[in-house]
Amino acid sequence: MKIPYYPGCTLNTVAKPFDESAKASAITLGFELEELSEWNCCGAGFPLTNDNIMGLAAPTKVLANARAAGETVTTLCSVCYNVLKRTNKALNDDKERKATINEFMELEYDGSLNIVHYLEILRDTVGFDKVKEAVKRPLTGIKVGAYYGCMLLRPGGEVGIDNAEAPTIIEDLLSALGCEPVDFPDKIECCGAHLAMGKTDVVERLSGKIMTSAIESGAEVIVTSCPLCQYNLDKSQEKIKSSDAGFKTVPVVYFTQLLGLALGQSEDETSLKDNQWDIRPLLAERGV
Amino acid sequence: MKITLSKDKIESEGIALIERISGEDLKQCYQCGNCSGGCPVSLEMEITPSQMIRQLQLGNIEGVEEANTMWLCLGCQQCYSRCPKSVSAAKILEALRQLHLRKGEDHAEIAEMDMPLLKRGPQQAMVSAFRKFVS
Amino acid sequence: MPRIGVFVCQCGNNIESTVDTQKVADELKEMPGVAYTCSYKFMCSSPGQEMFKNAIKDNDLDGVIVSACSPHMHEKTFRKASEAAGLNPYKCEVANIREQCSWVHHDETKKVGTVKSLDLTRMMLERLKRNKPLKATSIPVTKKALVIGGGISGIQAALDIADGGVEVVLVEREPSIGGNMARLSETFPTMDCSQCILTPKMVEADLHENIKILTYAEVEKVDGYIGNFTITINKKAKYVDESTCTGCGECWEKCPFKADSEFELGLNKRKVIYTPFPQSVPNIPVIDAPKCPKIQKDKCGLCAKVCGPGSIDFTQKDEIVTEHVGAIIVATGFELMPNEHFGEYGYGKIKDVVSGLQFERLASSSGPTGGKIERPSDGKTPESIVFIQCAGSRDEAKGVSYCSKICCMYTAKHTMLYKHKVHEGKSYVFYMDIRAGGKRYEEFVRKAIEDDGAMYLRGRVSRVYEKNGKIMVQGVDTLSNGQQVEIEADMVVLATALISRKGADSFAQKLGIGYDKDKFYSEYHPKLKPVETVTAGIYLSGTCVGPMDIPESVSMGSAAASKALGLFSSDKMAREPITADVNKTTCNACWDCVTACPYTAIAKTEVKDREGNIVQMLAEVNVGLCQGCGVCVAACRSKSIDLAGYTDEQVYAAINAF
Repeated sequence: MKIPYYPGCTLNTVAKPFDESAKASAITLGFELEELSEWNCCGAGFPLTNDNIMGLAAPTKVLANARAAGETVTTLCSVCYNVLKRTNKALNDDKERKATINEFMELEYDGSLNIVHYLEILRDTVGFDKVKEAVKRPLTGIKVGAYYGCMLLRPGGEVGIDNAEAPTIIEDLLSALGCEPVDFPDKIECCGAHLAMGKTDVVERLSGKIMTSAIESGAEVIVTSCPLCQYNLDKSQEKIKSSDAGFKTVPVVYFTQLLGLALGQSEDETSLKDNQWDIRPLLAERGV
Repeated sequence: MKITLSKDKIESEGIALIERISGEDLKQCYQCGNCSGGCPVSLEMEITPSQMIRQLQLGNIEGVEEANTMWLCLGCQQCYSRCPKSVSAAKILEALRQLHLRKGEDHAEIAEMDMPLLKRGPQQAMVSAFRKFVS
Repeated sequence: MPRIGVFVCQCGNNIESTVDTQKVADELKEMPGVAYTCSYKFMCSSPGQEMFKNAIKDNDLDGVIVSACSPHMHEKTFRKASEAAGLNPYKCEVANIREQCSWVHHDETKKVGTVKSLDLTRMMLERLKRNKPLKATSIPVTKKALVIGGGISGIQAALDIADGGVEVVLVEREPSIGGNMARLSETFPTMDCSQCILTPKMVEADLHENIKILTYAEVEKVDGYIGNFTITINKKAKYVDESTCTGCGECWEKCPFKADSEFELGLNKRKVIYTPFPQSVPNIPVIDAPKCPKIQKDKCGLCAKVCGPGSIDFTQKDEIVTEHVGAIIVATGFELMPNEHFGEYGYGKIKDVVSGLQFERLASSSGPTGGKIERPSDGKTPESIVFIQCAGSRDEAKGVSYCSKICCMYTAKHTMLYKHKVHEGKSYVFYMDIRAGGKRYEEFVRKAIEDDGAMYLRGRVSRVYEKNGKIMVQGVDTLSNGQQVEIEADMVVLATALISRKGADSFAQKLGIGYDKDKFYSEYHPKLKPVETVTAGIYLSGTCVGPMDIPESVSMGSAAASKALGLFSSDKMAREPITADVNKTTCNACWDCVTACPYTAIAKTEVKDREGNIVQMLAEVNVGLCQGCGVCVAACRSKSIDLAGYTDEQVYAAINAF
């Protein structure tokens, strides 16, 4: 089974480990991520103003290209997922807007694309029980905090991969991999997002609070599905540590890296060495 | 600071423009403060989201313009997702940013940005930040 | 030639400002059949009515038109005056030249208004010429009432009717009457113990010779009409013989099986054979059949073995009973929006986040903790409690749009109860507005703040979560610059929204009464007919109409009872003679009228010959049920139905006069 796949800007570069581990895991689980032959950046943010039709142009082009490739498209990046899903809804909610954008972009996109996140494929198409059966290297006893951030969840009525206040989809996957998911209160809070450009002190405070919440709840690893969350959490730790000696660092990896590992990919294949805070000593210590 | 209230100010064209761009009706907000209570950056803001809406309800656009609030909003939708009146503070703040950006008043200079960050950081951070800070 | 009088009212300036009433009177004077006309300042005033009566007598009038305000306002007044002057009241008609003319036209030259008033009055004149004298009909009244719901409102209604000497059947779904009030600890603003003031009323109802209480029973079907309802009630099997059970309690003492107590809202267990609470009325237990091993698997049966009078009967079945009553009082009450509704407050998963009603149980001396404030999770005394008002109320996005009205008051009461029981405790209240409109209510809230030290924070709570065994409450205080506030609490109490009962809508359809978007029952008129419904003979009482407190529920119970007693004050009740009538010679029994009638007032009847053979089928109108709406007249293809007072002849004559 081939599923059209939209990587988005970051997964092709700094978030390559996310992309590669997801692709390899898919093969093991019986499907294939087929990258769209032509794609552009989604805009990395859904335009919030009412009159900004230009902001919808880029994601609409992505949707049109994806529709040409099939009825469904999948993404890995939370932001891409959020932007594509909300754009699709905005087009379907306002036929006039849809017509204007199609005319302006010389497209014929009808709004009928089904946008699913990779996690949804694992849950709804493959099934977490099948994932569990495919596990070769159970990550037994590793305490993992699933960090959702905002873009996978909100607004609930429009995006909604899971319940916006108490999601469990990533935890359910982690359980299938043999991990011990750790629930922590701040798993739905924002990491600081684009303030990484210029306001790193704010990012450090927000990301620090999230990591502290996870660590205090017992997490030894944090997983995410967003390259920007990964970056902010990963990069903030050095600074936090320098000002707060008590702060214990924590590896922040993509959920697909743990998935790949559990399905039998090597530590090299899952690019574990690329993370700033190495998870490998923990794996070695636990003998998994 | 004293605010002099008047019909002209409360129902000014500037307020109407903010409502038009954001698609939000400021009167809908009954000031419960849920947005300020849940906003992850509210602690960093000079005026919190609910206060920002209150100032606009009073017609005090200048008071809102001076605050750092709009430049700190992350667009995380926490405010909107818990608002009992379905008002999006994020959209109103975006409208306030747009008022600047559409006039070419940028909030950041790309040239002054940290180069290593531009090279190693996730592109999505840059795209997203440019959209919020640069016209 | 008829002798008709036309009285044109100026209504002060209400009509006169845009209608030349004298001109209307003058021109009508010239119409054939008109014997007398006049214009007058206030026709409805006493001198106006006196003038009206004298004019009828002096001019020997046989019909009158009052061109004035809407007939909804004063038709009754003038028909009464006509009758006093010796005229059949249905020979008096009102032409509406105020609401339908002077109020909607603003032409100060009075041109438009005068012409239209003339038209309206002339049309009425042609109609009136064809009016037949009608006589009010009367129907017998069954002097017995049904009260649905045994909460405080229903109990009050039942007691008042019973004290008025009329029999009452009080139907309650639960095993005991008492309703939600039985769950409360103390009541605001007087702080008297809820059960202490409620249980005497429950007992009074139980012992009243005019009241029959059916508990564990539900109304299945309502047939008939005002004065003559037939009620089908399902009495669920209690598996206990009510006539012999003494309520000794031996059975529930010995029953080895437990289930969650509905009365204690999940905070405690009860036995499988149980009464909801110690002061239950009647004090007769029921067996929770789905959970009883004897009934399910024929195992145990201990209760039957220990029952002295041998009252346990495992073979008992649901029983259908029928009651004939003249009036129905609906007092079905409310429920609370469940804690599971609130995602940001922990979805009912955090054990120490409870509802206001659950807190009542924790504070009640008859509750699961004996009145000690203890956290449900570990039984510890909470050192701090956060109260969150408007949980689900005033929340268009995820809850209900309305204010639940009683929460401000009971939350203030909760902070007091907590302070009185846990002196060291600190309470915090998140509120949006304090709505304390009631006698001594505002003072009560101030007392909570000033004397008992409740910390009131104006703002909503964004989130409640658990951290290191504490409940973290993250909210805002909008009065201190919209500042985020965080409280480490031991317990959280949600003032959850009052909502209509599950199935309130389908029950309303069963009764034929209206309900609003929130499925609360609709009054006939929210101000002037607050206990009546659109269906005559069915009255409303208590929180099935909307959120209200105990005094209001009780007042409404008494008000509904007085309406019922008014109906019962005579053996027969007068009915407007504006009813449909079927022409027996032309009816071809197509039954379109039967289908169309919204009041099921038309029946299929058989016409038999002397030998008893059916020779013809006919539609027949039950004048007791007929509301005179005229739908059947429009539906009848053979034009066999006419509406008295609004015959086709009258209506066409009026139209032709335009």
